[in-house]
Amino acid sequence: MGAGQEERGGSPGRADDAGDTVCTVRGLVKTYAPARGGDPVRASDGIDLDVRRAEVFGLLGPNGAGKTTLVRQLTGLLRPDAGSVDLLGHDLVRHPDRAARLVGYLGQESTALDELTVALAAETTGRLRGLTLRAARAERDAVLDELGLGPIAGRPLKKLSGGQRRLACFATALVGERPVLVLDEPTTGMDPVARRAVWAAVDRRRAERGTTVLLVTHNVIEAETVLDRVAVLESGRIIACGTPAGLKELVADEVRVELVWRDAPPLDVPEVAALRGAATETGRRWSLRLDAAGARAAVAAVTGGPAFAALDDFTLATPSLEDVYLALGGRAEGLVKG
Amino acid sequence: MSAVSEAAPGKVRARGAVRARPPHDGAAAPLAPRARLLPALSAVYRAQLSRARVARIPLLFVATFQSVGIMILMRGVVDGGDEARAVVAGSSVLVVAFVALNLLAQYFGQLRASGGLDHYATLPVPPAAVVLGAAAAYASFTVPGTAVTAVVGSLLFKLPLAHLWVLAAVIPLSGAALSGLGAALGLLAPRPELATLCGQLGMSAALLLGVLPAAHLPEPVVWARDLLPSTYGVEALARSFDARPDWLLTAADLGVCAAVGVVSLAVATWAFRRAAVR
Repeated sequence: MGAGQEERGGSPGRADDAGDTVCTVRGLVKTYAPARGGDPVRASDGIDLDVRRAEVFGLLGPNGAGKTTLVRQLTGLLRPDAGSVDLLGHDLVRHPDRAARLVGYLGQESTALDELTVALAAETTGRLRGLTLRAARAERDAVLDELGLGPIAGRPLKKLSGGQRRLACFATALVGERPVLVLDEPTTGMDPVARRAVWAAVDRRRAERGTTVLLVTHNVIEAETVLDRVAVLESGRIIACGTPAGLKELVADEVRVELVWRDAPPLDVPEVAALRGAATETGRRWSLRLDAAGARAAVAAVTGGPAFAALDDFTLATPSLEDVYLALGGRAEGLVKG
Repeated sequence: MSAVSEAAPGKVRARGAVRARPPHDGAAAPLAPRARLLPALSAVYRAQLSRARVARIPLLFVATFQSVGIMILMRGVVDGGDEARAVVAGSSVLVVAFVALNLLAQYFGQLRASGGLDHYATLPVPPAAVVLGAAAAYASFTVPGTAVTAVVGSLLFKLPLAHLWVLAAVIPLSGAALSGLGAALGLLAPRPELATLCGQLGMSAALLLGVLPAAHLPEPVVWARDLLPSTYGVEALARSFDARPDWLLTAADLGVCAAVGVVSLAVATWAFRRAAVR
């Protein structure tokens, strides 16, 4: 799938071919009552979405973009004001209770499990997913083994580090097989080993069982490496949808230039003063998105003469999903790299 | 309700997946089976009981020491007879109120506020299993403290121990009434602090109205006492200290506890469903 499909305007989340679609969302609207004196917040503002079988589909956006509100509507936790959600042929707006029988969900909170041991949390969740005691224990052992949680199986979740606790919660989401997994920022706080365990477990289920994964993330690097397709959210709308590579082609002619000044930027140099208008400033760091010629000129300007003396560091990079997000009019803050 | 709900609740064993009526084109995917009420209830109960080891034991000591302390204090004021029976029975049932009403209201209040209910709401588990499992576990936590308080109190005030077996009915039934009330308060309170406050107030009411002999209370307070479900547990236990207890009245008191338990647990289950899907 190439960049041609990511038309702006219209419904970027809609797939052209409806073949083997697992989840179809149309016109989803959810408005939260206003805080005192404020305006009502449209957390979902007319969302269309198609997720295909066995893909890892991402929802990318900064905090407050409406990612969690969207997945809560897809898991039956939140009733939309308008629109439809069809998951594997089931109307989840009319039958939200069916979501629990189709979806394994990993939310952001672990308070219901915090005082249980890792093993009991996994076993109990399996039993509440309808497994018999024997099946729940067998799946518990298999999943804890797969994720390398065996050594800490007897420890309560709240005694674990944030990343370990997150991995234990991920384990509970896997016990009791489901055709769809909805994971809300699953790797928050995890070290690289735990992250690899998560993505290996996801890949295995996808390859062996055709499991579809809907992933919420605000991590750009993760989105680029693990997602098959990604929808970029901003203020309750999907502003772009496609493969990470396809989306990046939208800004393929751009180069990202990062400049870090030792102290104050040398604004007395006219070329530097001219760059300032295009730069996003974060402390001593300037971040610019320029076309190739502009980037060459900028580098020439800051690596020669008095500007170079004021420069601490500079980098040139090909565009990332963050640049796509910015090019489409997203707010700068909130996305995480690494 | 779902059109694909299980055929009959009584029919057990996994029927495997149930096929749904396709809502539009194409066949709908099979739904995984629901968790049945009793296995889910026992799983929640076991999990909650295991929490006790981590979090609840210090509080159980507090609950027991509080009740024993109250009885020691009251020994200076009360010297036997009806009043002594009221003090011992009230202090024993106070342990139940402390744990089942107060702590359970706090637990559900915090679970709701922190989003912890999502965990259960995204599992195919009957809300009643979660509420009843948690309530049963909290009622179980009260067993050692209540028994210790009743025995110590009986020795302290020289009351007969012969009929203390009635605790086997008093604890589960007043436990059901008070934990149902606690769960409903915790799940209905708009903020967790309010749930905590209500739980504390309920426990204070159980303390004052349960421990102080009814004969000395002013009329409006006696009405309040009659409205409090723990009162009937206290009365049932107090009657068992008679040489020849009136079992009919005891059964009637326990019947009130059971009825309040059924109603309050039903309300708590409704509140759980309401709190889980917004």
